[in-house]
Amino acid sequence: MLAQNGIPTPADLAGVLPPADRLAQGPVAIAECYQNIPCDPCYHSCKQGAIREFIDINERPQVDFEKCNGCGTCMSRCPGLAIFVVDATYSDSEALVKIPYEFLPLPEAGETVTAINRAGQAVGEAKVIRVQNTRVQDRTAIVWLAVPKELMMEVRHFNVKGVR
Amino acid sequence: MKHREIAIIGGGPAGLAAALRAANLGARVLLIDRSDYLGGQLIKQTHRFFGSKEQRASERGIDIARELAAGVTANEKIQVMTEATALGYYEDGVLLVEHHNKITAVKPDRLIIATGGAEKNLMFPNNDLPGIYGAGAVQTLVNVFGVKPGKKVLMVGAGNIGVIVSYQLLQAGVEVAAIIEAAPRIGAYWVHAAKVVRAGVPIYTRHTIKRAYGEQEVSGATIVQLDENLQPVPGTEKDIDADVICLSVGLTPLTELLWQAGCQMIFVPELGGNVPLRNEFLETSVPGIYVAGDVAGIEEASAAMMEGALAGLNAAASLGYTSESLASDRKNVLAQLAGLRSGPVGEKIRKGLAQAML
Ligand SMILES: Cc1cc2nc3c(=O)[nH]c(=O)nc-3n(C[C@H](O)[C@H](O)[C@H](O)COP(=O)(O)OP(=O)(O)OC[C@H]3O[C@@H](n4cnc5c(N)ncnc54)[C@H](O)[C@@H]3O)c2cc1C
Ligand code: SF4
Ligand code: SF4
Repeated sequence: MLAQNGIPTPADLAGVLPPADRLAQGPVAIAECYQNIPCDPCYHSCKQGAIREFIDINERPQVDFEKCNGCGTCMSRCPGLAIFVVDATYSDSEALVKIPYEFLPLPEAGETVTAINRAGQAVGEAKVIRVQNTRVQDRTAIVWLAVPKELMMEVRHFNVKGVR
Repeated sequence: MKHREIAIIGGGPAGLAAALRAANLGARVLLIDRSDYLGGQLIKQTHRFFGSKEQRASERGIDIARELAAGVTANEKIQVMTEATALGYYEDGVLLVEHHNKITAVKPDRLIIATGGAEKNLMFPNNDLPGIYGAGAVQTLVNVFGVKPGKKVLMVGAGNIGVIVSYQLLQAGVEVAAIIEAAPRIGAYWVHAAKVVRAGVPIYTRHTIKRAYGEQEVSGATIVQLDENLQPVPGTEKDIDADVICLSVGLTPLTELLWQAGCQMIFVPELGGNVPLRNEFLETSVPGIYVAGDVAGIEEASAAMMEGALAGLNAAASLGYTSESLASDRKNVLAQLAGLRSGPVGEKIRKGLAQAML
């Protein structure tokens, strides 16, 4: 339970995940933001209008999965690092998970890293496909990981090998 | 004796915002801070802030501090005095300031007190062992001076500060063994909590520190689970090795100057301790003394900036300065403050403020 240990339950997750048919169409944002807090940069950062306008700043983000193209702009503006982009169409066996990442060293494309779940446990290996770290992102890098499809809703962090 | 229209004590987000707004209305301002830099707490906050666009949400505290400080330094109506400690405010309206070992007397027409807060401590056996720090000190070491406090930290307190400082320790390459929290729920925003948990730091709610151990310095702590009545559950003790214990058990307003100036105070636990009574203009029971930011109730930088803006506008307006947009500026700030405090996480603040109005 989030309030007790910081880990969302499957029921929490079910409320924010895109439907299977949308996942089958390509990259899409998932806002894992479960609490009514005074925060709205995700809404302001999305140029597609895919995050519904906040009438009250304490609302939770609502992603319109049809409008979202998975560009990931919102990811590096979210102070909670709570938005991930998942592309289930990456390959037959693998999905792409884009992860906001603020630790050093940054991995490099091609590197294999340890894939970590929301509870901080290693769940397998992932391959770094790309690292986005532009000036606009203001020191919140976005790391693209290729993971086995069955782990695409599990992997939300990673460890660079050899670095604690 | 120096005469000034408005003196502001504290150069954190509240004081900086107050100075900018008051000077923009036309008032001459003296801004005093005891540190050798401006920005208050913000200069060590490397994380992105919450809030809305107007309150610079998603920007990092360090960048907000830099920008506000640059605006203040460039404003010719604002005189900045750093490394200057306000010592007292007296009945005849004189403010004494210690600056480089010299005492200066200032007579301001209006005074804005924005001194922020101080960290609370926690009682447990051996809490005086070297290696036991407040979270603010750890954050200053790591983010301002680039010094690691140790190798492995036990964090006590899962409010926003405890969780954010844990995250920043991880970023600095320091291991965080665990975050423990006496309350049954994590006080920090859950997105912050989720961030450190997935990075490998467990959060144990309903746990407290029973004692620290170590010979010359701390080498660990015994933690224990708590029941519904916050009583230790026998047999649940567990030892955690750590060479740093970091206490993040809340802030309390830094109100010495307000007491000394004779402002009416009231104890409001929701606001962190004793706070000044104030009216809707943020003026205290002593006419001409305004408050803003954490000193008026522990809250957030976004709220501190808004309150600072309000106190700055009101103090300058009370001296006769005005502008075409004064009324709408004021309304706008009030609306933003209300928005920030409107949700479930703002409930505590709303309850607290209701008790602190004149
Ligand atoms: C780890 C951490 C994380 C935080 N994260 C967030 C966040 O994400 N979002 C957010 O909105 N807020 C956050 N905050 C809270 C925010 O930093 C504070 O609420 C805010 O800084 C309060 O502003 P202030 O101007 O009232 O006080 P401060 O920033 O504390 O400034 C007070 C200033 O007054 C000076 N001063 C005090 N006494 C005297 C004296 N006698 N003479 C001269 N000068 C004096 C001090 O030197 C200091 O510079 C966080 C705080 C911490 C510690
Ligand atoms: S991924 Fe792009 S389109 Fe989708 S919500 Fe984020 S910013 Fe909008
Ligand atoms: S920016 Fe992030 S933390 Fe803020 S509301 Fe949006 S998803 Fe939640």
